Amino acid sequence: MPFKKPSILPGFWPALSYTILYLSLIVLIPLSAVFLKSLTTSWSHLWKVVSSPEVVASYRLSFGASLVAGMISVVIGFLVAWVLVRYQFPGKALADALVDLPFALPTAVAGIALTSLYTENGWLGRYLAPLGIKVAFTPLGVIVALTFIGLPFVVRSVQPVLADADAELEEAASSLGANRWQVFRLVIFPLVRPALLTGFALAFARALGEYGSVIFIAGNMPMKTEITPLLIVTKLEQYDYAGATAIAAVMLTASFLMLLGINALERRTRKFMVTG
Amino acid sequence: MATAAFELAQKRTSAVPRSIRRDPPLVRWGLTALALLALGMFIVLPLVTVFVQALAKGVPAYLAAIREPDTLSAIRLSLLAAGISVPLNVVFGIAAAWAVTKFQFRGKNVLVTLIDIPFAVSPVVSGLIYVLVFGAQGWLGQWLGDHDIRIIFAVPGIILATTFVTFPFVARELIPLMQSQGTDEEEAALTLGASGWQMFFRITLPNIRWGLLYGVVLCTARALGEFGAVSVVSGHIRGQTNTLPLHVEILYNEYNYSGAFAVASLLSVIAVLTLALKKFLHWKTKEGAT
Repeated sequence: MPFKKPSILPGFWPALSYTILYLSLIVLIPLSAVFLKSLTTSWSHLWKVVSSPEVVASYRLSFGASLVAGMISVVIGFLVAWVLVRYQFPGKALADALVDLPFALPTAVAGIALTSLYTENGWLGRYLAPLGIKVAFTPLGVIVALTFIGLPFVVRSVQPVLADADAELEEAASSLGANRWQVFRLVIFPLVRPALLTGFALAFARALGEYGSVIFIAGNMPMKTEITPLLIVTKLEQYDYAGATAIAAVMLTASFLMLLGINALERRTRKFMVTG
Repeated sequence: MATAAFELAQKRTSAVPRSIRRDPPLVRWGLTALALLALGMFIVLPLVTVFVQALAKGVPAYLAAIREPDTLSAIRLSLLAAGISVPLNVVFGIAAAWAVTKFQFRGKNVLVTLIDIPFAVSPVVSGLIYVLVFGAQGWLGQWLGDHDIRIIFAVPGIILATTFVTFPFVARELIPLMQSQGTDEEEAALTLGASGWQMFFRITLPNIRWGLLYGVVLCTARALGEFGAVSVVSGHIRGQTNTLPLHVEILYNEYNYSGAFAVASLLSVIAVLTLALKKFLHWKTKEGAT
């Protein structure tokens, strides 16, 4: 097979060469620096950095909080998508537009806003404090920030699938005697499950690397509320480039695996949407 | 008779889906209330709190915080970084989308995946990679030092980091759009004797204009708001290498909360405008598609 199918349209080679050149200069070559730099450090030193107690504690927090936040996003995101697709209510267009706010709001702004809401005399924190629930400067705060970031991913993944869902499937199920709950559980839910999974994966991947919205509300206490990206910054500030790079290599590997997984998931969802 | 029966039957079948797909009012209102409560708590409240805190010390204090020289210089730097990185990514986005959507070639899917990489990389790592290339200890550090060129902890680094994090936005908007439009119109223009550029400016560009604008809006919003990546390469020199989001952090860490929220409110206004524009352009692209 030849490299390219013949076409009368002009500009293939200039466009492709420019794309590859720009992609290499801005993205690929600088990214490769992380791995090449890691290779110049000895394995034992690398291992010592990425398995030190402080770093391992940060993996646990980053992973755990991203997982929990992803799951909360799935529940709330599905609810919001359902309501936006299925029901009519005043202000619906506004609610729909607001779902994207976490995409548009700079993370540092989200960070200080969430912190001020959840500190002990904040609008929400003052009602939670008497119940013994502390959010700001605890792992719970990290989860809150990551849920804020993750929510739109789930809503925007589920919404189109739910909107495209064929009414006939539900009608058929109910004419065969299924009640509303059974229709939801056995017909609607399996239909949106791939989209929910994609939304979760996107939210989770974004949460793993998130920095701006978390560092204000986390309080950054060593071993307790330090996320992995913060440790990279801390190492950089101490001019420990090898250490920062080693942790970055671990994070990059995790994000690439996520990216591949998400691409596979999205392909499956799309196939599902076409056939189903 | 027969037609009346037919009409009746039709009426019945068309009435069925509505009643089956419609949940009982209690469920409907309950779920709507829950969803709106969740949106209110997680999304509206943080937005409202920014403006309330910004104005906590009154309008004059708010205006003073915004007119402060360091804030103004942060505004200028943020606009500069966005002003350079957005056009770069627009040119790239158009070139990439043209190559990927109008031609069939091997390795296309790999290329599309590679374009998405910056979305998958943590902002902190996005900054770090440029420190590893251009920093004092980095690949080019020695050479840059000898020639007295500063990239890291200076404006060029901020522009590079901003370009990296906003890299896929335009391409990502254009690729599905141009894919769906196919190549028929361009081919017709060429057979009728148009030159390559004539075809591009008269056919392709008008066809993608709303999608392109949509990509530019998203790209600009992110460029103005990027925090993590820029924070790593900036060096946080007040009045020199401080963008708006970094300035928010500095003020906040100095316990100047009303100042921090005043600057944050500027960024929030941009975010809200972005959402409004997004809604408008989304509607426009849909209108263009049908």
